[in-house]
Amino acid sequence: MLKVMNLHAGVGGREILRGIDLSIEAGEVHAIMGPNGSGKSTLARVLAGHPEYQATEGAALFGGEDLFAMDPESRARAGVFMAFQYPVEIPGVHNAYFLKAALNAVRAHRGQEELDAVEFMALVRDRMKQLGIDESLLNRPVNEGFSGGEKKRNEIFQMAVLEPRLAILDETDSGLDIDALKIVAHGVNAMRRPDRAFLLVTHYQRLLNYVVPDVVHVLADGRIVRSGGKELALELEERGYGWLEAAAPTVVGG
Amino acid sequence: MAHALDAYLVEWERARPRWQRNGRSAIGRLRQEALQRFVSRGLPTTREEEWRFTSVAPIADCTFALAGPSAAEVSADDVASLRIAPAVELVFINGRHVPALSRMGSLPTGSHVENLANVLATGSHRIEPHLTRTPPAEQQPFVALNTAFLDDGAWIQVPAGAILEQPIHLLFLSTGGPDDRPLMSHPRILATLGENSQASVIETYAGTNAQYFTNVLTEIVVGDNAVLDHYTLQYDSPEAFHVGSIYVRTACSATYRSHSVSLGGALVRNDVTAVLNGEGAECTLNGLYAADTRRLVDNHTTIDHAQPHCGSREVYKGILADHARGVFNGKIIVRPDAQKTDAKQTNRALLLSEDAQINTKPQLEIFANDVKCTHGAAVGQLDEEALFYLRSRGLTDAEARRMLVHAFAADVLNRLPLEPVRIRAEERLQQQLARSLPAAA
Amino acid sequence: MSTATQTIEQLASREYKYGFVTEVEQDSAPRGLNEDVIRLISSKKQEPAWLLDWRLKAYRTWLTMKEPTWGNVKYGPIDYQNIIYYSAPKKRPAVASLDEVDPEIRRTFEKLGIPLEEQKLLSGVAVDAVFDSVSVATTFKEKLAELGIIFCSFSDAVQNHPELVRRYLGTVVPYSDNFFATLNSAVFSDGSFAYVPKGVRCPMELSTYFRINARETGQFERTLIVADEGSSVSYLEGCTAPMRDENQLHAAVVELVALDNAAIKYSTVQNWYPGDREGKGGIYNFVTKRGKCLGVSSKITWTQVETGSAITWKYPGCVLIGDNSVGEFYSVATTNNWQQADTGTKMIHLGKNTKSTIVSKGISAGHGQNTYRGLVKIAKGARGARNYSQCDSLLIGDQCGAHTFPYLEIKNSTARVEHEASTSKIGEDQIFYCRQRGLSTEDAVNMIVSGFCKEVFRQLPMEFAVEAQKLLSVSLEGSVG
Repeated sequence: MLKVMNLHAGVGGREILRGIDLSIEAGEVHAIMGPNGSGKSTLARVLAGHPEYQATEGAALFGGEDLFAMDPESRARAGVFMAFQYPVEIPGVHNAYFLKAALNAVRAHRGQEELDAVEFMALVRDRMKQLGIDESLLNRPVNEGFSGGEKKRNEIFQMAVLEPRLAILDETDSGLDIDALKIVAHGVNAMRRPDRAFLLVTHYQRLLNYVVPDVVHVLADGRIVRSGGKELALELEERGYGWLEAAAPTVVGG
Repeated sequence: MAHALDAYLVEWERARPRWQRNGRSAIGRLRQEALQRFVSRGLPTTREEEWRFTSVAPIADCTFALAGPSAAEVSADDVASLRIAPAVELVFINGRHVPALSRMGSLPTGSHVENLANVLATGSHRIEPHLTRTPPAEQQPFVALNTAFLDDGAWIQVPAGAILEQPIHLLFLSTGGPDDRPLMSHPRILATLGENSQASVIETYAGTNAQYFTNVLTEIVVGDNAVLDHYTLQYDSPEAFHVGSIYVRTACSATYRSHSVSLGGALVRNDVTAVLNGEGAECTLNGLYAADTRRLVDNHTTIDHAQPHCGSREVYKGILADHARGVFNGKIIVRPDAQKTDAKQTNRALLLSEDAQINTKPQLEIFANDVKCTHGAAVGQLDEEALFYLRSRGLTDAEARRMLVHAFAADVLNRLPLEPVRIRAEERLQQQLARSLPAAA
Repeated sequence: MSTATQTIEQLASREYKYGFVTEVEQDSAPRGLNEDVIRLISSKKQEPAWLLDWRLKAYRTWLTMKEPTWGNVKYGPIDYQNIIYYSAPKKRPAVASLDEVDPEIRRTFEKLGIPLEEQKLLSGVAVDAVFDSVSVATTFKEKLAELGIIFCSFSDAVQNHPELVRRYLGTVVPYSDNFFATLNSAVFSDGSFAYVPKGVRCPMELSTYFRINARETGQFERTLIVADEGSSVSYLEGCTAPMRDENQLHAAVVELVALDNAAIKYSTVQNWYPGDREGKGGIYNFVTKRGKCLGVSSKITWTQVETGSAITWKYPGCVLIGDNSVGEFYSVATTNNWQQADTGTKMIHLGKNTKSTIVSKGISAGHGQNTYRGLVKIAKGARGARNYSQCDSLLIGDQCGAHTFPYLEIKNSTARVEHEASTSKIGEDQIFYCRQRGLSTEDAVNMIVSGFCKEVFRQLPMEFAVEAQKLLSVSLEGSVG
């Protein structure tokens, strides 16, 4: 579903990703781990199309299409979803209104009929219960006054409603207490399907106890220095990142 | 004032031999330096900005003694009414740990909950790096005083990844001294939470109907992605003096939640300083205080947003009756690099009598330009219209007043996650209010 | 927007080259202002003696007054002797059909949803015999006449309903009120007059659209609206098309009077010509708008949506005299590029249990600067007064600014005054967040802006609300990204 080839990218003229190769098939859950500054969030944002980040070399194909040729809203309509590390507030715009507009934009793209307010509410009620989100939340402006944990849960709620093909979770587990983490993990697991893929960007191994990945990649200094199965995450937990960073120069060579 | 300091010097000299027997010289040096700082600095006066509305003359006018070696008698009921179960509970009387009354509960491997005197005696090198990591604080006279009298308290260490199911409860009970000489204690609490860990720590302060002085210093470090719920419950005797200082530093994505309930003491001063030192950290400060007769409760808070993307929420509410006085000073600092800060501070005071007074000052020092900071303050009396409405529905004036005051306090009390703590706080508040609100018919 | 107006300018001068006929009235007054000019104006309009008297009193008072100065507003000195105070309406250069109008201009009109007929009028297209706008106006006037509602030009009112004009003129804004109102009282040209009799609810919005002849904004417009006991009326001023005018100085006066249990809503949607990109050549707009809630339980509501800039000195206000009367002010003001807006309101509480509500929303983009000034005055005898003020600023990008100056003068201790102010930003972050959810940049900005303004838009009569929304969308175009 997603094929990234030799991706070099950066922000403000500074290169952060130095040649990423990544292949994610439908139905898979990939985890990207790495120390701070390794470029994990940069990868997520470049794939989502954040205007401040530029891909300087390499390419990415999403479902066979050139991802970088699409603007952010087109990628979203094509089925790319990113759960932000720091979700922003949108004052004056209610959660319900916002999500309905987004959902209808995606549906229109897929040739489906748009939903009216009643149909929309019926659709979201279930998801809200699953994620422990109170209905009163819908009438509040997007993320306004939300605690960090509530914002993250709201991201997962949006993901559940928008039903993307590729869901990129950027450090969604940061700042959550154990109960919130379990709810978020449950929400993610409930969405695992053969035609959907997940890319989990995380600094801590803990999330992966609950959302078990198929493949774990370790990012260091802008490159994937190691890939493996879920045991790799446990190894990192025990040994930290130091041993990989030390290994990195020889792994990449030149 | 000079004579007040003398009393501390005398007590210090008296205690020194015992300390020397029980600890490393490094700690002894720490105490000595701190004592010197305290003496040269002296007790604060109202000419200083931070103490403008709070005169510590009542403390200065008293000479306190440290508790003697034998534990004072405290009734089993007194202790029982303050216990929290299930919990890991350390009980202190007049500042000294009483093992017989403590309960260890269950802790995950690698966790340490130990009384400080024991740690100092058996291996203080473990905690030396954690002591006095807040240099600017050492300028604060009561902090220096606490270090000078460093003796007992608690050492809490939660290893990375550990989730503590049971709360840690530190119960400090104080009594009158022999010959009616008032006692003082200087508990020191050190807590470090490793990466990804989670814990609740409760400090309870209570005492018999005597005069005593508690000067406690709590230093906390919350590691990456860790979560700490921290309760400070003051149910002191109406003649007691309480000075509590809390210094917290958080790492990335850490969560620190402080819940302060202050319902006792003749003169209470709480200082909470939280430095958000890692990106994405969140800090919550909830505070409720109620004072009557001629008591004074002073809450000074400082939230320092030192890194970007941190959030803070502060709600402090006070109920003042008779001739009581409240002071609230909430400072929020947003450093130049702390972009995307989201800070909100709310402070409300309810004055139940003509003579009750409140001084409040929110202070915002904002040096970054992409931030959201809101603050609101309100001072008032019970809403006449609301009272009338309730009475028109059949409630008596007394019942109506009680209901409105309860609703005012409930806003903060409902934010306390631990139910037993919340229930007890509500009960104690009701008891106290019963004295200042007219009795129900 | 300025491209469109610049093109109109070019078009206008091109016309002359093609030699289209433009009629110019033979008589207009010589430049300058003196008693003779005023007598001339009055006699041209065939006014009764009492009105000439009133004008002269105003003029003499004006001579003793000094022009006010404000820190915030920058404009060059006005030479009052260099203005022609009376001239018959000029005909705009005519164009045969819309096809000859610049497609850019037409595109703007389309975007704003302006009906074709109106587009013709605005472009100076000669009115087709088939399109009988006069007959449309006539049907409208018939309906009103049936109900006893008077709605006509001010000059007509002086002729046909002199007693009504005399009774209320100057009772809300006395001729000595302020420098510009006094000037206006001396030399006002024309304006609108409306009177709604007892117990009548005016069934339709009174709009200047139906006063075809008043397309040309007068320099010194005078409007008077009176709602008699138990009546109600809603009045719309302005339109969304860019108002271009050669007259730099506008000093208008609007007086509203609401008697017992009556209600007046006065809505303005204005898109001022912003001048060139540097803001030069814009319009100076000094309007005194005041409503007097004279009667018990009377209500006056001001709603306005203003974009572009004029140097505006305009503070619609309400004087709440009747007990239980209500004054409201809902406003959205936007500034883009280098525009400045200075808006605000005055609420003066005199009677008992009066209430005022102020909701002011400022949107700044580009290098725009929005200033809001609100005065809430509660007099000593104003027992039980209540005021709620909400001033919100929305900043788009990080080069613009917003300033709020609330003034509260409270002389009665039973007053309850609440003030809230907030500032929010639309930054790159919000836009990207919306885009990542599938919404385009334009959709995102529109959604956020209308969420921000909805409290005010809700107060506008419906068609105006739709136009206002579009106007906002167009005026903020290109402000993000």
